[in-house]
Order: sequence, then C-alpha cells, then structure tokens
Amino acid sequence: MSASPKEKAGAPAVFKKIQPAEWSEPALVSNGRSFGWITDKICGIVESKTPKWWWWCFIVCLGICSYLGVGLFYLVSTGVGTWGLANPVNWGWAITNFVFWIGIGHAGTLISAVLCLLKQRWRTSINRGAEAMTIFAVMCAGIFPLFHVGRVWFGWWLLPLPNVNAVWPQFRSPLEWDVFAVSTYFTVSLLFWYMGMVPDFGVLRDRAKKTWRKYFYGVLAMGWRNATNHWRNYEMAYLILAGLSTPLVLSVHTIVSFDFAVANLPGWHTTIFPPYFVAGAIFSGFGMVLTLLLPLRSIYGLHDLINQKHIDNMCKVTLATGSIVGYAYSMEFFIAWYGANEFEGFAFINRAFGVYWWAYWIMISCNVICPQLFWFRKVRENIALVWIISIFVNVGMWFERFVIVNTTLANDFLPSSWGYYSPTVVDIFTFFGTFGFFGLLFLLFIRFFPLMPMSEIKAVVPEADPHGGKHE
Amino acid sequence: MSAKQQAPAYALAATFNSPKDIYKAAGKVREKGFTHWECYTPFMVHGLDKQMGMPRSKVPVFTFMGGITGFFTGMLIVWYMNAYDYPLIVGGKPYFSPIYPFPVFYELTILLAAFGTFFGMFLSNKLPRHNHPVFAYSRFAETSDDKFALVIEAIDAKFDEDETKDFLKKIGGKRITLIREEEG
Repeated sequence: MSASPKEKAGAPAVFKKIQPAEWSEPALVSNGRSFGWITDKICGIVESKTPKWWWWCFIVCLGICSYLGVGLFYLVSTGVGTWGLANPVNWGWAITNFVFWIGIGHAGTLISAVLCLLKQRWRTSINRGAEAMTIFAVMCAGIFPLFHVGRVWFGWWLLPLPNVNAVWPQFRSPLEWDVFAVSTYFTVSLLFWYMGMVPDFGVLRDRAKKTWRKYFYGVLAMGWRNATNHWRNYEMAYLILAGLSTPLVLSVHTIVSFDFAVANLPGWHTTIFPPYFVAGAIFSGFGMVLTLLLPLRSIYGLHDLINQKHIDNMCKVTLATGSIVGYAYSMEFFIAWYGANEFEGFAFINRAFGVYWWAYWIMISCNVICPQLFWFRKVRENIALVWIISIFVNVGMWFERFVIVNTTLANDFLPSSWGYYSPTVVDIFTFFGTFGFFGLLFLLFIRFFPLMPMSEIKAVVPEADPHGGKHE
Repeated sequence: MSAKQQAPAYALAATFNSPKDIYKAAGKVREKGFTHWECYTPFMVHGLDKQMGMPRSKVPVFTFMGGITGFFTGMLIVWYMNAYDYPLIVGGKPYFSPIYPFPVFYELTILLAAFGTFFGMFLSNKLPRHNHPVFAYSRFAETSDDKFALVIEAIDAKFDEDETKDFLKKIGGKRITLIREEEG
C-alpha cells in the first residue's frame, strides 16, 4: 500500500513512463502508534478510576430517566389516552418516537456490517460505539409501540404464542412484520456486538488485577485464547454476520416504512418510502454517532484513533444521505403532482403550508439545508461545528417522523373529521426520559466495555500486514 | 513450586515481535511437519491460517442450517396459525401465500442464520473453555497485547524438548519457554 507505484511488482509498464502522482491516504491510526499503545489506550478507559464527569453525567441521566419511569407509570395506571392520542390522530408522538429511535439505531449495523463488506477500514474506530448506540436506541424504540398497545401486560400477544383466546397474530399486517423485524434486528445486533467484543474481553481479562475483573471479563471472554484457529472461525463468523446484517438493516427500516406505505392514506401510500426511510435512518444514525463520539474523543484523548479522516468520512456519509433525503422530499411532491390524485396533492401542500407548516420547515432546514455545509472542508475540520450540525440532524429527523405521522392523520379525506394533535405533558416526559435511559446505558457501556475493537484497530495499522503491503 | 515442576510438559512456546516474523516462522514449522501447534496473536494476522495449513472454517455450515430452519419455521408458523389452526379472513387475502408474510420468513431466516453463525463460531472453537493449559504460559497475556507466540505441543510426534527448542531458536523465536500442565 505504501510502496510507490514505480516499485510495485505488478504495476503496468506504462507507469514507468507516465510516473503517476502518489496518492497518500491519511493513516487510520495517526502518529504511528504501536500495538501496545492501542491496548493501553483503550483498556485504560475501562481500567482507570471512574472519572468525576462520569458520575455527574450518570446522576443527570438517572434524573432524566426518572421522567420515563413516571411517564410510563402514569400511563399504565391511567390509560393510553393520557398520551394526547384521540381521533383522528392515534399515532402521535408514540410512533414518531419509535421511528426516530429505531432510525438512530441503523447507523451501528450499517457501520459494522455494510462498511465491513465494502472493506471500509476506517470503520474500526467507530463501530463498537455505534453498535452499542444501535442496541440502546432499539431498546428506547421498543418502549413506544409496547406501551402504545394500551394494555402493556398483553404485549406478549404480539408474539406468535398460544393464548386463552386461541387467536394467533395476523400475519398480513405490517405491524406484525414490524414485531419480527425489530426483534430480529435487536437480537442480531446484540449477537454481532457481543461476538465482536469477545477478543477484547480476553484482553481485559488478561490485564485484570482485581479478582472481580478477572471473573467478570473472564466469563464474558468465554475462554478466548487468541489462537489462530479461533481467529479463523471468528473472522468467518464475523464476515457472515456482516453479510446477514446488511440485508437485515435494509429490511428493518423498509418494514418500518411499510407501517405507513401499506396503509391507504394520502402522504403515506407511496413506493418511495422504503429507500427514503432507509436513507433517513442512516442519516440520523450517523448524526447520533457524531453527537456521541466527538465529545468522547476529546474527553479520552482519542484523537489518534478517531482522526480527521474518520470525521471527514462520517460527515460525507451524512451529507450523502441527507441529500438523498432531500431528493426524496422533492420527489414526493413531484409524484403527488404528477399522480394527479387530489387527495395526494392536498396532503403534500398541507404538509408544507397547513397547520403543521412549522414542523415541515424545521425538518427541511435541519435535514436538507444544514448538512449541505459538509461540502466545505473548513466545516468538516471544525469539530464544534460538526457537533452542532449533528444535533440539528437529530432534531430534523425527529421532525421528519412527526410530519409524516401527524400531517396525514390530522387532515385526511373528510374535512369534518379533521383534528389537531398536540402532545400532553405525559408524552413529553416519556420522550424526554428515553434520552436519560439511553444515556445511562451508554455511560455504563463506556465504563465497563471496550469502547473500540482493539484487535480490529491493530489489524489496520501498517505493521500488522505480514506481507508488507504486497499481496502474495 | 515443586509440584509444578513435576507436572508434565504441555508445550514449548516462543514469542515473536511482529506479524511478519511469526508468518515466516509458521511456514517453517509447517514445512517441518509438526501437527500439534498453534499461533497466538493479538489480532488475525492476514493469511496466517493458510500459512499454518488450516482448512476453511466450518462456520458457514452452521449458518446455512440456521437459515434453512428459520425459513421453514417462518413458513410453518404462518401457515399453521393463519390458515390451519384458526383461519382468519382479512382484506380478502388468501389464508396462506408465500407472498404476504414474506417479511416474517425473511426475518426468521436471518435470525436463525445469525444464531447458527454465533453458536457455530463458539462450537467450532470449542468455547467456552476456561481451563486450557496455554493459560499457564507466563507470557500468555502478552499475546493479547503486542506479542506473537508460537506454541508447539508436547503431544506432537515430532516433539523433542531440546531439538524443538533449538528449532524454535533457529526460526527466530525469542524467550523460549517450557509450559507445564498445571496440577489439579
């Protein structure tokens, strides 16, 4: 890789004559760090004394999470009506929040699986954190449909289990497909995440001084021995899981979009939904990855592991998917006009200029205009600005789901049945609380689990290649 | 300590400082005809398994079994629940068709294939196993940090304590250590 084109054994003869310019890729691990440095750096995060800021964040997140507890307790003891849901809008914030969180959960698997298959080696520094984010985001997402069913103690009726009514789930419904898609997504992401951590748990076990650490990481490492025989099976399993997760990640948000697209409602019943939802999910997921990893990078001094190349690439993916989302917004309008269906046409005019116009324009400015700033290198190199834009992306994607869910339901075919949905304080408490829940889980993750896959990062360092860049 | 010295030898281990060194050494060990030996490395050294003469991993077999099971389980539950045990008429759609519940088969295929892969990895690696004799190796912890160890086991037909020690030295191994099986 580092050999100049002139020296390369298999280089075409013409290279000698034209002497092409050498393209130097920035290193994935800056400052030529050694294997030992990588181990010390990443294990150090887990092994050092719990920092003060961690406790402060933990307490704040615990406080925020209590809102979730109170919100759900009140909902269960009173009824689902406390969520501001009433005819004609019966999905409201509940489904908005569900799609929002599940969308965030898409970057993790995208980074670990799709980028793995595409041999994007820069993924190694960010994939563990992104996978953790995925799992916690899906947990937050699951809360909403589960409590939205009203009587949460009957939530298990969603699963194909025999019950006293002798009625089974109805498999023609996209909502039932969603149960399978989301639970499969959660389970497979969890397996992928855990399997990726097994060698790193082995490292932590081998370095452990305290007995509880030896047992804790020892059990989690499953007796991993770093043997080549282990690596051989592990690599194969990892590649296969990446191959399985790729269609999975695309299918999950596709099926989430079916919840809307299969319904015969103007503004929902469109074939563009699956690809548009998937792009939006990746967009919001990368936004959240940036939001989480940029502060961690500066707190733990991980600048050599998450360097400008990683940030550039994440910004570029955000830009690309943000542009796809922008294209989808305009294409929806075009089809609504071109399709010449008056209800469809109205649904879109109403989205932009109806009672929820403010939500629509927040969405457009955050999702379409904001990420366009990533065209400029100066912006991508300004970490504070990147972080702020990533927050806007998260906000914008929440509003996208709000717009889709609510404008269509509030104003459908008959003006006599129109309504206006506003969230109640219980809605707001519950949604606010999920951020605390997410934060708590993420804080526990960075405290006890390896934040980055050490073995994978070591493998992308130039010294790791036994052939010295030449393929034999 | 005296009990430890009585314990039979498990293997001879040598460490190497770089992936390149162990890659070369592994080729020589294979050429020499050893069969019971293993390399311990902090990450997957590209091509080392082939260099050691290891066959292709069996994990895909487990994946395939899982995937097939998932696909037919999905088909079966939809047919049994919506067409056989309690036929439901919904929207004039057929009781059973391979089309409408496609997401269900699809997700179950992936789910069980992933379980197959996950457990396949642990089964083919014979894990969990927390008591392997190589854990008694004093430098074992370094192999998960930045050292690359080559371990030739005593049960190998070609194993001879002194000869193998010389051989490991010759192929560039450093800090050659005799690992003894732990008592108890």
